[in-house]
Amino acid sequence: MSTPVTTASPAKTSSPPRLRTPRKPAPDKRRRSVLMTVLMALMVLYTVVPLIWLVINSTKTQAGLGDSNGLWFAHDFALWDNIRDTFTYHDGIFGRWLLNTLLYVVLGAGGATLLAVLGGYALAKFDFPGKRAIFAVVIGAVAVPGTALAVPTFLMFSKMGLTDTPWAVIIPSLVSPFGLYLMWVFAAEAIPTELLEAARMDGASEVRTFFQVALPLLAPGIVTVLLFTTVATWNNYFLPLIMLKDPDWYPLTLGLSAWSNQAQTIGGDVIFNLVITGSLLTIIPLIAAFLFLQKYWQSGLAAGSVKE
Amino acid sequence: MTTLQPPAAAAPRPAPPPAKRDRRSWTGWGFIGPFVAVFALVFLAPIAYSVYLSLFRNQLIGGNQFVGLDNYTQALKDDQFWSAVGRVGLFLAIQVPIMLGIALLVALALDSGRLYGKSFFRITIFLPYAVPAVVATLMWGFMYGTKYGLVGDINETFGLTLPDLLSPDWVLASIGNIVTWEFVGYNMLIFYSALRVIPSSLYEAAEIDGAGQWRVIASIKLPAIRGAIVIATIFSIIGSFQLFNEPSILRPLALNAITTDYTPNFYTYSLSFAGQQHNYSATVAIIMGLLTMVVAYVVQLRGMRKGA
Repeated sequence: MSTPVTTASPAKTSSPPRLRTPRKPAPDKRRRSVLMTVLMALMVLYTVVPLIWLVINSTKTQAGLGDSNGLWFAHDFALWDNIRDTFTYHDGIFGRWLLNTLLYVVLGAGGATLLAVLGGYALAKFDFPGKRAIFAVVIGAVAVPGTALAVPTFLMFSKMGLTDTPWAVIIPSLVSPFGLYLMWVFAAEAIPTELLEAARMDGASEVRTFFQVALPLLAPGIVTVLLFTTVATWNNYFLPLIMLKDPDWYPLTLGLSAWSNQAQTIGGDVIFNLVITGSLLTIIPLIAAFLFLQKYWQSGLAAGSVKE
Repeated sequence: MTTLQPPAAAAPRPAPPPAKRDRRSWTGWGFIGPFVAVFALVFLAPIAYSVYLSLFRNQLIGGNQFVGLDNYTQALKDDQFWSAVGRVGLFLAIQVPIMLGIALLVALALDSGRLYGKSFFRITIFLPYAVPAVVATLMWGFMYGTKYGLVGDINETFGLTLPDLLSPDWVLASIGNIVTWEFVGYNMLIFYSALRVIPSSLYEAAEIDGAGQWRVIASIKLPAIRGAIVIATIFSIIGSFQLFNEPSILRPLALNAITTDYTPNFYTYSLSFAGQQHNYSATVAIIMGLLTMVVAYVVQLRGMRKGA
């Protein structure tokens, strides 16, 4: 994993078209294929049908869900009512879950990104005692399944009085081995060592060198890691399920599954329309983030795959 | 940035070896220290605690007693555990090749430059990654329904009787479909990023040699991204062995098909949180962790050997 597969820099990705355009036969060879496009369209269909289903069905009432076709609208258009009901049901607990999720993301994913950036920078640009050991242990630990950790972490946290508090969700989210790895590879690629040496020679402290020289160069990598740790925290289900009992601390994922399960309990209120609308509201922010930031995270990922 | 150039050039170059020895200092620890501290708390401590727990048993008479490896011998003879392992093994053998195969085909199609609307396909197929497992499972769970769901609609419209996708015979395949839907795009992106950094000089050499598209794929592209394929395979194996979210969220819809020991992860969860058997649960989790690491290691060795 630590040996570079290729030393090509990400910048080279833009060179093939530039090299090819001058020659006449080249564009001809890159003929677009209708068949391939049709096959990809089928793949896209598979991808978006559930999402379309979600959008369509969030416009239906509980009754409409039962007696209309899943891929078409019912006569009643209840999207706005559903959104309002989602936010007001049970004293507006959905809003509370949304705020909890934001809290976990800001502290958990933000903290994880910060630690990964600092650590990745250290691994890429410093030689220090224990460096090889850290690498080996972190990579080894990635292979340890979450199961092996969940139960003992719960028992440990329970002894420390942390279960059923936000800390039980935030603290484990702070470590992202994948983020560390990505940041390490990215920093090695993006920060010329001479630049750091020059800054030091000018008398800049390590902290100042990091903030003023390294950090700006790391921006695309930071966006990438931040986005991926955000997804991990936003979508986290297993950890909060184990750690939290009090619904007031639930994130959206746990809340939605609780609403869904409510239908199975005797005398439980069946609110599938709110589960569906809530699901839609849950995925919109992340999908928007990926769409708006795609230029940044895709270049960050490309740089991260230079070495494997 | 520009002002930093002159001092670096003007500085007399010291002999490299002493400079290198100078750089090996504890400074790097200042940056990686926070990561290591949290990592130790949420990874290393629970693993150690897990091992400790697995050596004890909470008995009715005598309380918490040291029992050595008794828990391990019990687990190795535990039919419930092994049938769960067999189930995720089957899942792994079928779902992972399908998912990675599709991801690879899509990545190659995107990289071929022969598609109309390439960036639309790339971002759309990736989007399900931003959808939480909870939401993905709820959506597909609704769609699978024979009574109200999409399957029911299809049956009604075309007068068919499609099999009940939530019945014991079909539910594993249904879960496989959900997982495939969630992660095809993610793996596609990993492969695609790796494909983008292949030096264009290799393609030019192939072009001069008169190699066709298929030849370029077989002789240049696939070998160049072998590292990425191995990594994706290992992460998929870990994911399959840890399968929990999808079956646990689908369970209320398929009560007689998904038992609380459906996967090893589900089994440890049930042991610990429904059965209060923390020690035995820790043991099962450790065995599963070891099993995962062994399989991941074997795959890595084989993956690396193939090209050598």
